[in-house]
Amino acid sequence: MTWIWSNLDLIWDRTFDHLVLSVPSIVLSFIVALPFGWLAHRYRASRAVILTSVGLLYAIPSLPLFIVLPFIVGTSIRSPLNLIIALTLYGVALMVRVVADGLGAVDRDVRQSATAVGFSGWTVFWQVELPLAGPVLLAGLRVVAVSTVSLATVGAVIGAQSLGSLFTDGIQRGIQAEIIAGIIATVLLALALDGALVLLGRLLMPWTRPSAIGTVSRTSAALAEATP
Amino acid sequence: MIFLSETLAWLGDPAHWVGASGIPTRLAQHLLFTLVTLVVAGAIAVPIGFVIGHTGRGRSVAVATAGAFRAIPTLGLLTLVALWVGIGLNAPFVALTVLAIPPILAGAYTGFEAIDRKIIDAARAVGMSELQILLKVELPLGLPLLIGGLRSATLQVVATATLAAYIADFGLGRYLFEGLRIRDYGEMLGGSVLVIVLAIVLEGVFALVQKLVVPRGVTAGRPTDIRDGSSRSRAVMEPAIEEGNINVHSK
Repeated sequence: MTWIWSNLDLIWDRTFDHLVLSVPSIVLSFIVALPFGWLAHRYRASRAVILTSVGLLYAIPSLPLFIVLPFIVGTSIRSPLNLIIALTLYGVALMVRVVADGLGAVDRDVRQSATAVGFSGWTVFWQVELPLAGPVLLAGLRVVAVSTVSLATVGAVIGAQSLGSLFTDGIQRGIQAEIIAGIIATVLLALALDGALVLLGRLLMPWTRPSAIGTVSRTSAALAEATP
Repeated sequence: MIFLSETLAWLGDPAHWVGASGIPTRLAQHLLFTLVTLVVAGAIAVPIGFVIGHTGRGRSVAVATAGAFRAIPTLGLLTLVALWVGIGLNAPFVALTVLAIPPILAGAYTGFEAIDRKIIDAARAVGMSELQILLKVELPLGLPLLIGGLRSATLQVVATATLAAYIADFGLGRYLFEGLRIRDYGEMLGGSVLVIVLAIVLEGVFALVQKLVVPRGVTAGRPTDIRDGSSRSRAVMEPAIEEGNINVHSK
């Protein structure tokens, strides 16, 4: 515990480094996954190709990817950019399938109704399919956020600073508190980003608020209130 | 093109294919370690998963635990256990077994949950005992998802075993760390390519096995239209007449 109190500055700095790595990766993977997920949802041929590719991409272990990537895209191995690209790739690999599934779960009748009342293909996507797939996309993005935060620590073994540096430093100097602090800080950061996404989801999709879900939960909520 | 030339030069050097630090030895270590970890994790996770899936109890605990484990950084767990039990193979073995349990557990109980309850009721109605239901109905029907859980556990173990070379002298990960330390591009790239190929080959093998274990009766009735996403029950409506669908009135 004393180690943690006397090194709060260090933990805070590494947390900031960690945010710089993970937040852009999470945002980018959502943006990149949308068109690919749509393609995987829309056409049978592109579905097979895209879903197989993202499956293989996700199968690539992180450390070798961190090492190989700089030689392919020309970044420096220790630069945050290298890690951001690699983490984005993993996020995309997870998210594309979610986008395809989310769009696929939109009721066919709703889609056809939208076309019937005069929505064009483009507006059906933005104003009908995307909002209705929203809850599924949010669930997927939460998984991406948590695993990105966890995965970003691996970069520490190649010298990219993050909360993972507390692990490498802790094992080299034999400080158990440093490693434990690193684990706790990583988990807390993951929970914080997860919570931020949930809040964002409530703001953007007010119809998914717990109080607004169907009559069943409303009745049970009323029952719960009535019987203290 | 430094990437290709360095990698091929290192992989093509016959000296790297023999001896205690040769590629075959390191590959065998990596595979053996992965296998042992999976067997131990499976022996713990599969029975628990079956109990959760069969009885439906303890599901929320399992989901919460699996979610929490996803947030725990593998490198943190690995270094922490290493500090407790010392440098060597024990630390990665403990850490990786712990990491491999949640996906296998999830595969085991979601496999059971995905089964239509009517099938299990029918099995009970024809007089099958609970054990028979488990072994003859739930196990074969839930097998594809269990294999799916093993598949993600395997990928995670192969990846983390690479990382484990940071604290133990074994496996393909050694090439990555040694290459990084002495700035030998060929070694770190060659090692990375070997790990990537290994992971993708295993992924392919599991994808194949997952297809093969689906019972024949299940594949026959699978929906084929990927855009058929109507989640709303049609119970209160007239059945929609669809072209080429002869089972319209069976609902």
